[in-house]
Amino acid sequence: MPFIPNTAQQQQQMLAEIGLTMDDLFGDIPEEFRTRQFKLPPALSEQQVRNRLWELAEKNATDLICFLGGGFYDHFIPAAVHAMISRSEFYTSYTPYQPELSQGTLQAIYEYQSMICRLTDMEVANASLYDGGTALYEAMMMALRITGRNKVIIDDSVNPIYRVMMVSYTRNLRIELDQTCCRDGLANRTELLEKIDDKTAAVILQNPNFFGCIDDFSDVADAVHTKGGLLIVSCHPISLGILKTPGAMAADIVTGEGQSLGIPMSFGGPYLGFMASRKQFVRKMPGRVAGQTVDQSGRRAYVLTLQAREQHIRRAKATSNICSNEALCALTALVYLCLLGPEGLRQTAQLCADKASYAYERLTAIPGIRPHFRGKWFFNEFVLDLPSEAADVIAKLIEKGFAAGFPLSRYYDDMANSILICVTEKRTKQEIGMLAEALESVL
Amino acid sequence: MKLIFEKSVPGRRASRTAAGDVPPIGIAPDLLRPSPAPLPELSELDVVRHFTELSRRNFGVDSNFYPLGSCTMKYNPKVAEHIASYPGFADLHPLLPQLRIGGMLTQGALRVLYEMDLLLREITGMAGFTMQPLAGAHGELTGMMIMAAYHRERGNSKTTVLIPDSAHGTNPASAAIAGYEVVSIPSNDHGLMDVEAVRQHLSDEIAGLMLTCPNTLGLFNPQVKEICDLIHGVDGLAYYDGANLNAIVGKARPGDFGFDIVHLNLHKTFATPHGGGGPGAGPVGVKENLLPFLPVSVVVKRGDGTYTLEYDRAKSIGYIAPFYGNFAVVLRAYVYILMLGKEGLRRVAENAVLNANYVKEKLRGHYRSSVDGLCKHECVFSISEEMAQNEVRAIDVAKTLIDRGFHPPTVYFPTTVKEALMIEPTETESKETLDAFIDAMIDIAERAGIEPETLKSAPTTTVVCRPDETVAAKNLNIACLEQKTAAL
Repeated sequence: MPFIPNTAQQQQQMLAEIGLTMDDLFGDIPEEFRTRQFKLPPALSEQQVRNRLWELAEKNATDLICFLGGGFYDHFIPAAVHAMISRSEFYTSYTPYQPELSQGTLQAIYEYQSMICRLTDMEVANASLYDGGTALYEAMMMALRITGRNKVIIDDSVNPIYRVMMVSYTRNLRIELDQTCCRDGLANRTELLEKIDDKTAAVILQNPNFFGCIDDFSDVADAVHTKGGLLIVSCHPISLGILKTPGAMAADIVTGEGQSLGIPMSFGGPYLGFMASRKQFVRKMPGRVAGQTVDQSGRRAYVLTLQAREQHIRRAKATSNICSNEALCALTALVYLCLLGPEGLRQTAQLCADKASYAYERLTAIPGIRPHFRGKWFFNEFVLDLPSEAADVIAKLIEKGFAAGFPLSRYYDDMANSILICVTEKRTKQEIGMLAEALESVL
Repeated sequence: MKLIFEKSVPGRRASRTAAGDVPPIGIAPDLLRPSPAPLPELSELDVVRHFTELSRRNFGVDSNFYPLGSCTMKYNPKVAEHIASYPGFADLHPLLPQLRIGGMLTQGALRVLYEMDLLLREITGMAGFTMQPLAGAHGELTGMMIMAAYHRERGNSKTTVLIPDSAHGTNPASAAIAGYEVVSIPSNDHGLMDVEAVRQHLSDEIAGLMLTCPNTLGLFNPQVKEICDLIHGVDGLAYYDGANLNAIVGKARPGDFGFDIVHLNLHKTFATPHGGGGPGAGPVGVKENLLPFLPVSVVVKRGDGTYTLEYDRAKSIGYIAPFYGNFAVVLRAYVYILMLGKEGLRRVAENAVLNANYVKEKLRGHYRSSVDGLCKHECVFSISEEMAQNEVRAIDVAKTLIDRGFHPPTVYFPTTVKEALMIEPTETESKETLDAFIDAMIDIAERAGIEPETLKSAPTTTVVCRPDETVAAKNLNIACLEQKTAAL
C-alpha cells in the first residue's frame, strides 16, 4: 500500500502484542456507521496519476500572452526561489512549536517580518495571513479593536474582490461598512472628508488602486487621525520598489497580497497576505509573530511570541481565529526579495511602470480607444474605454492568443466598455506590439 | 547564525533584471519613495547558503518521526509536489475563467475542483463541498457563517454555540468571530462530551454545536448520533471539526453520524505539506438543505460534460476567499486520494489507529494514561507520579526526546489534561520507528527517576536550548529595521 510501511505480517504482530484485532480497534464506533462500502475509485500507480494529471494540466491555457492582472500578477520568478523552498526541512515541518527544532522557520519568519517592515516603512509585521483579502478583513477587525468604534469607510477603488469578501465577513457583525465612489480614478476626497467623523474606526484605501492609479493618502491620514480613526492601506508589494510607502503616508495598518513576490499564480492559491502596523498596535495585531530572544546560554534565538493574543490561549476572546500562517509562502517572498535586493526590486517596479506606460501610449493611439481616467499616474495597470463591450473584445482576443485584460463591467455598473490591462516586467515591447495589432484587428 | 541583513554587502547583486526595451517613464517625484527599499544586497550563492543553513536548523517529517498530536504529521508524497509544479497548473491565472469563453481554457483545473468535491462527498457523507476555505480555522469560520445564514433564513434568533472544553482553541474563536456566544461543555470522566450535559444546555438560543470526533484525547464518542439528534431537536446544526478525520477515513462518515456541516484539513488527513505552518486548506461540506448557503463561486458540470463556475446564488454567504481556495493544495490532496484509492484510504485509518494503540499500550505503565481503553489516531499521556515527584515536567520529556532525534509530541494540550503529552504517530510510520520512539520514551521515564537534572537541561544537541519566551514578549523584537552590512 503506498505510503503505509507496515506489512500485513507486521500489522498482525502489532495487533497480537496489544491483544486486539483490527475490528476491535474500531469497536467504539457503532456498527451501523462502520459497515459502509465506499464508492471510491481503485488506487492508481504513480505513473497513471502523473499521466492523468498532465493531461488535465494540458487542458489549461497557460500559453496565452498575459495582460491579465487585477491584483494577481505574472512576474518573473528566479529559479533559486523554488530550489530553496523545496528543501523538505522547510516544507514538511509544522508551526514552530518546538523552537530548538525550528530555528530555520523562526529566523526566516523574523527576516520576513523585517522585510515587510522595510518594504512598507512600518515598525511591526506579523508572520503572514492567508491572502490579501483576508488580511484586509483582519486589518479592519484590528482597527475596530483599537478604536472601539464600528464604522468603516472603504473606497470603491479598493480591489472589488476584497470588498465583496468584507461584505460576507461583516454580515453577522455590528459593523457599519460605508463605501465612497472614486473620482477620476483616485479615492474620493470630498466624499471621504464628508463621511469621516468621530465614529469612524478606519478608512480603507489601496495604492496603486484596482485601476492601477497611484495616489498619496497623506491628506486622508491627517483627516482620519484628527477624528481619532485609523488609515488602512492595501498595497502592491512590487510597487514599493519605487512608490511612496504607506508608512510615509502615515498609514496605521498596511496589508497586501504577496503573490507577486515569487509565488506562482496557481489558479488562485496558495497566496500570501501580509500585514504591518505601528509598534503601539502590535498587541492588537492578529496572527503569528516570531520574536528574537536569547536561549539559556545567551545565544540569539527565535520563538513565537505574543501568543497571549491567540486562539489557543484566549479561545473565544482571541484577536483572530487564525491558527496557522502561510509560512511557506512567506519564505518564498523572503527568498525572492533577497535575490532581487534593493536595486532588483527598484528595476522590476520601474520596468512594470515603463512597460505599462508604453502599452498605454501604444494602445491609446488606436482609433476608437480612449483612456478612462485622464492624466493620472498609473503603475502596472491602466483602464481603457473600447468602442464596444470589453467582455466581447477580450473573448475575441483570447482566440488570438491573448489574455488581454479584465472587463470592469463585472464589478462596476457604468464601465461596460472598460478594460483593465496589466503589464508586468515579463512582457516585451514585441508582445505589447502584437497585442496592439490584435486589438485593432478585432475592433 | 547571522541574519540575512548582516550578510549584505553594498553593491552586491544576485539576479539581474532583463534590460528595459521601452523608454523609461518618470513618475511625479512626490509619489515616489526617496530611496530604494532597504533590502539586503547579496549574491545568489549568499542567498542559497543562507537558506540552506536555515533549512538545516529545521526538522520536518522527512527528517524523522514527528508525532505531534492533533497535527497529523504524515509523509507528504513527492508525486504531489511534482504535479503541483506542472506549468498547466502553476502558471494558470485565477481570473481566466471569469472571462467570456475563459472557462473553456481552464477545464483541467475546474475538473480537479469538481472531482475533489465528489470524492470528499463520498468520504464524508455530505451533499456538497466548497474548496474555498484557505485553512482549517478558515473552514470553521465558513461553517459558522453557513450556520448563521441558515438561522437567518428561518427567522431564528439564536445566539449560542456549544463547544466541548477539550476542543481546539480555533473552535470558540471561529464561533465568536462569526458573532456567536460560546458555551463550553465540560468533558465527563471518560474524556467525552456527555449527552446529559448537552441536554442540560439545550434551549432555543442554541444555534449549534461544534464537535471534533474522535476528540483531542483520541476518543471516539459512541453517543455522537444522540448528541447530533439533541441539537437538531432545537433546530440547531451540528458542526464536525474534521481535524481528526484520519482516524476514520475510509471507515465511517461524519455525515452518517448526523453532522450537518464539516470541515476537513487537507494538510492533515490528505497529506499535503504543512509548510512550516501553512498553507493548508479547509474545504467545507454541508448536507443537502445547506447547499444554497455555500460560498460563491461553485464549480458545476454542464450537460455537455464541461465545467463552469456558478456565481448567481441568492442565498450564498458570499465570497470568503479571492478565488477557488488554495488550489495547489487541493490539487495535492486530489493526487493523494487517487494514489490511495478506496482500499488505501481504509488502510490509512486502520494503520493510524493501530500505530496509536500500539504506542499507547507500550507506554502504559511508564506514563500516566489520560483515559483507559481504546484510542483512535492519537493517545494522550501525562507524566507519571514518580516523575512529578522529581519535578520532571512534560516539557522536559519533550526536550529530551529532541536529543534522541525525535520531534516531541504536542505538550500541554488538550488543556483538560495536566502535563499532557499528546502522541499521534500516523499510518506512515513503520513498526521499527515506533519501537525506537517507544524505547526512547521508556528510557526517558527511567532516567527521570535516576537523573532528573539531565532532563531539565535538555536539549544539548541543538543550535539553541530553551529560548526565553518571557524575554521575547517583554523586550519585543520582531523585526530588524536598521540597515546593517557585513564587516568588510
